Amino acid sequence: MLRVDIQKQLGEFSLTASFTSEGRVTGLFGASGSGKTSLINTIAGLLRPDRGSIVIDGETVDDTAAGIHVPTWRRRIGYVFQDARLFPHLDIRQNLGYGRRMNGLTEDPAQHKRVVDLLDIGALLDRRPGKLSGGERQRVALGRALLSKPRLLLLDEPLGALDESRKLEILPYLVRLRDEAGVPMVYVSHDAAELRQLATQIVMLRRGQVTAFGGVKVLTAGG
Amino acid sequence: MFEISPTEWTAILLSLRVAVIATLVATPFGIALAWLLARRDFWGKSLLDAVVHLPLVLPPVVTGYLLLLTFGKRGLVGGWLADHLGIVFAFRWTGAALACGVMSFPLLVRPIRLSIEAVDRRLEQAAETLGAAPWRVFATVTLPLALPGVLAGMVLGFAKAIGEFGATITFVSNIPGETQTISSAIYSLIQTPDGDTAAARLVIISVVLAVGALIAAEVFARRATARLHGH
Repeated sequence: MLRVDIQKQLGEFSLTASFTSEGRVTGLFGASGSGKTSLINTIAGLLRPDRGSIVIDGETVDDTAAGIHVPTWRRRIGYVFQDARLFPHLDIRQNLGYGRRMNGLTEDPAQHKRVVDLLDIGALLDRRPGKLSGGERQRVALGRALLSKPRLLLLDEPLGALDESRKLEILPYLVRLRDEAGVPMVYVSHDAAELRQLATQIVMLRRGQVTAFGGVKVLTAGG
Repeated sequence: MFEISPTEWTAILLSLRVAVIATLVATPFGIALAWLLARRDFWGKSLLDAVVHLPLVLPPVVTGYLLLLTFGKRGLVGGWLADHLGIVFAFRWTGAALACGVMSFPLLVRPIRLSIEAVDRRLEQAAETLGAAPWRVFATVTLPLALPGVLAGMVLGFAKAIGEFGATITFVSNIPGETQTISSAIYSLIQTPDGDTAAARLVIISVVLAVGALIAAEVFARRATARLHGH
């Protein structure tokens, strides 16, 4: 469960968002400049709200009234950025194991194999990020986030930097992820078609305000 | 002409010891300071930056004299260290290492700072979302990615330390076997009749050491850069 009720001023731009989502995939939909990325960064703890609270999986990670702000690294979230952000000095295997090492989790070969198989990245393990295609990088980034065993997976336009054919290559993996990984996701996109395939709930944003909230049908209602 | 006398050997080995110790001790401080200057905003940052660069622009004899006033036996810090910890800098090789460390510090810090500034902060953010505490972000992402700069800074600092003269001779004088480095040995030799050949030998050795250091810096930087770009 994810409960968000926040206000944040960023220069001229003001973001106000309030919603509660029980869905497996909460889609944040809106044009560029609508505040999607600011909102997901606030959920991640990379931005601190001016007022309000965020509750992830029953834990209050932000509450300005109570002075609570759990730092990003203690939120147990996974974050897949538009630009994969793999560590260039580590090979793929080390990139995948990074979250496990940082969280002090014991090795879980079964889960490792499951994630590697799910994303078809077994052949890449000994390579360096510099040698990978954009689509491969994004799959590794997904695997890296999943293997840190997050309780919430945040995805900020993970297909945004890919061309059409690459998008179609990754989309099935995301659907499998939703159905098999069992981790709730927040999925940011400006592409209604993408969200129709993936999301179970939609938060529609416009100029920093939530204009609609509900099932994927709100995408067709025109906001 | 290429028979190196025991006195010359002593000076060479002392120079190497002084420069190695100065570089190794200064490096952690240099990294910490470079990180502060690259990544943090705080009151007095420009002042700190200026102080770090002072040894580069002050006459070395002034830096040496200030070290003598501070770390000499009757100096504020030197007196305390001698009384409480038994550490003496004045007229000892440790003092030469201190002088060399201070003089080479700006050259050490600068490449490290530049390379930390060049590390993509989005990678540090990614590490944070994967559960890395701030110091682990530094240890596992920032520092490895800044490694070419750290090595370049160390080599540059070492090369500066091995050739330091003005501050060293002012602070710890020119005592054979204790504080007489290659530079001060050359200085003594060219003031001695018949010292020319010996001086020439030491000059050649310093040139070899300096060029060697520059080549090493280049090789390190290339290797590290290739590694970081994922090849």
